[in-house]
Amino acid sequence: MTHLDGNALAGPLSEVFRDDMTTALGRCASCGDVSVLAEALVYDAAPGWAVRCHACGDVLMTFVRTLDRLRIDMRGLTALEIPS
Amino acid sequence: MAIFSRGFSGRPRESNPDLPPGQFLTEDFPVLSAGPTPRLDTADWKFEIKTETGQTLSWNWDELTALGLEDVHTDIHCVTRWSKLGTDWRGISLDKLFEDAETSFDFVMVHSYGGYTTNLPLEDLMNGQAWIATEFGGEPLEPDHGGPARLLVPHLYFWKSAKWVRGITMQRTDSPGFWEQNGYHIYGDPWREERYW
Amino acid sequence: MTFRDWLVGTVVSTTMQTPTAKSIVLDVPGWKGSAAGQHVDVRLTAEDGYQAVRAYSLASTGPGDRVELAVDLIEDGEVSPYLVGELREGDQLEFRGPLGRWFVWKPGDTQPVQLVAGGSGVVPLLAMARAHAASGSEAKFRLLYSVRTPAEVFYADELASLAGPNFEVTFVYTRQTPPGWPHPAGRVSREILGSATIPAAENPAVFVCGPTGFVESVADWLVELGHNALAVKTERFGGN
Ligand SMILES: Cc1cc2nc3c(=O)[nH]c(=O)nc-3n(C[C@H](O)[C@H](O)[C@H](O)COP(=O)(O)OP(=O)(O)OC[C@H]3O[C@@H](n4cnc5c(N)ncnc54)[C@H](O)[C@@H]3O)c2cc1C
Ligand SMILES: [Zn+2]
Repeated sequence: MTHLDGNALAGPLSEVFRDDMTTALGRCASCGDVSVLAEALVYDAAPGWAVRCHACGDVLMTFVRTLDRLRIDMRGLTALEIPS
Repeated sequence: MAIFSRGFSGRPRESNPDLPPGQFLTEDFPVLSAGPTPRLDTADWKFEIKTETGQTLSWNWDELTALGLEDVHTDIHCVTRWSKLGTDWRGISLDKLFEDAETSFDFVMVHSYGGYTTNLPLEDLMNGQAWIATEFGGEPLEPDHGGPARLLVPHLYFWKSAKWVRGITMQRTDSPGFWEQNGYHIYGDPWREERYW
Repeated sequence: MTFRDWLVGTVVSTTMQTPTAKSIVLDVPGWKGSAAGQHVDVRLTAEDGYQAVRAYSLASTGPGDRVELAVDLIEDGEVSPYLVGELREGDQLEFRGPLGRWFVWKPGDTQPVQLVAGGSGVVPLLAMARAHAASGSEAKFRLLYSVRTPAEVFYADELASLAGPNFEVTFVYTRQTPPGWPHPAGRVSREILGSATIPAAENPAVFVCGPTGFVESVADWLVELGHNALAVKTERFGGN
């Protein structure tokens, strides 16, 4: 199964965050790895995207775009550090 | 407000009585997945049903296939809008697997190798509506399509037909699975276009 | 206007780069320019409101109100056949960007740079080569470009003219080589990577871009060849 990397999150996350999020550091709730979101694995089985930790493969976040909303679940991220 | 793109109509959406609303026909078999493809060996594969009584029914590969494969000729509908008509599968009917199950619960959570989950009402798995599929188009099911075995519940959107299926747990209420927690419809009937909440 | 808004560009020219790939130049009044390696999300809207969004790298870089994309046709695709086959001069195209600050080369960076492209993955790397030339940067640049056939090289003339003492270009042909080419057609291998890229000992920044399968194998081999995994930045375009 093919996937993209976190660079592809730049557009969707720009709908929510003011700053570029591909350079933001995210901490994985499962293994504790801290990496830029650009390195995450993005399974873009549209309309839902599953974003996984590149170290342990667990889900960091999911995106689902429905007819009237964008729903983001971030249960796999315990911290985000956004460079200013 | 979006501007229209001259000459763009998206995938051709033909009118065909076999196509649920908003679906288009595809000849190939797109691979959709929320994660990497697990490599599973049938030698150490097993399938379990767990009920609220503490009962665990368990089958290894040989025990499962010994229950007998049925031919299933059916249409499938993916929430990403493709439908594939007249596909041929072989699989073990869930009716057989639930024969000895002791449960009064009405809902199930389906679990997959790799961690995926999806929820369904038990009645949607019964009466010749659902199978553990091990063959597609006359061949063993390929890993990318859920092999060695996936759930097949063709009357619902295809995300309910969990790939790499590992087991079923009975649940009292219809609590949501992986995509259902995150915006996909709790039931997913393609004919009523139940894509999202 | 922020990078979050959907912008509208007007197509001013298109050029077939290969038999299946088209570069598209848009006029975008008020565009603030982009860094080399960034991309945009293109959004198409059908008359019934149906929308499709896909990411495309920017071949253009730096200031100015021109935006350039280059799109390769995916036969059974939804968006690329429209962009390659239908979109023409005078049409409007909606997009948002520039997006992404990770897969980016900045002219102030002095480290040597190794670029590794597979197919259309050359687009953001061409933007880096253009930025490198435009800035007069002295950083050593090298591109290893894997394509199926000589006819499928994007921006062939421009790459030839950018090549020089500070920018070396090496081609790997996977299906068919030019006449008299010293190597048979074949895929990039660990051995080719080892011999045709800047060695790990020089600590280059490495940018790898192309189809997902290509990027995965190249990135793994680079780490096996001694490159620091953190110095190898990747951009996967999808597919196999
Ligand atoms: C950050 C980023 C930048 C990109 N930049 C460019 C660019 O500069 N130029 C460019 O041409 N493309 C680029 N792409 C790829 C582009 O976004 C689309 O995926 C591609 O154009 C196919 O879209 P489609 O709608 O035509 O195909 P779809 O309808 O999305 O897909 C149809 C079929 O093609 C397969 N497929 C999808 N993408 C590819 C691929 N890249 N290679 C092979 N098979 C594929 C799918 O798995 C599917 O089976 C980029 C992708 C990303 C994430
Ligand atoms: Zn992790």
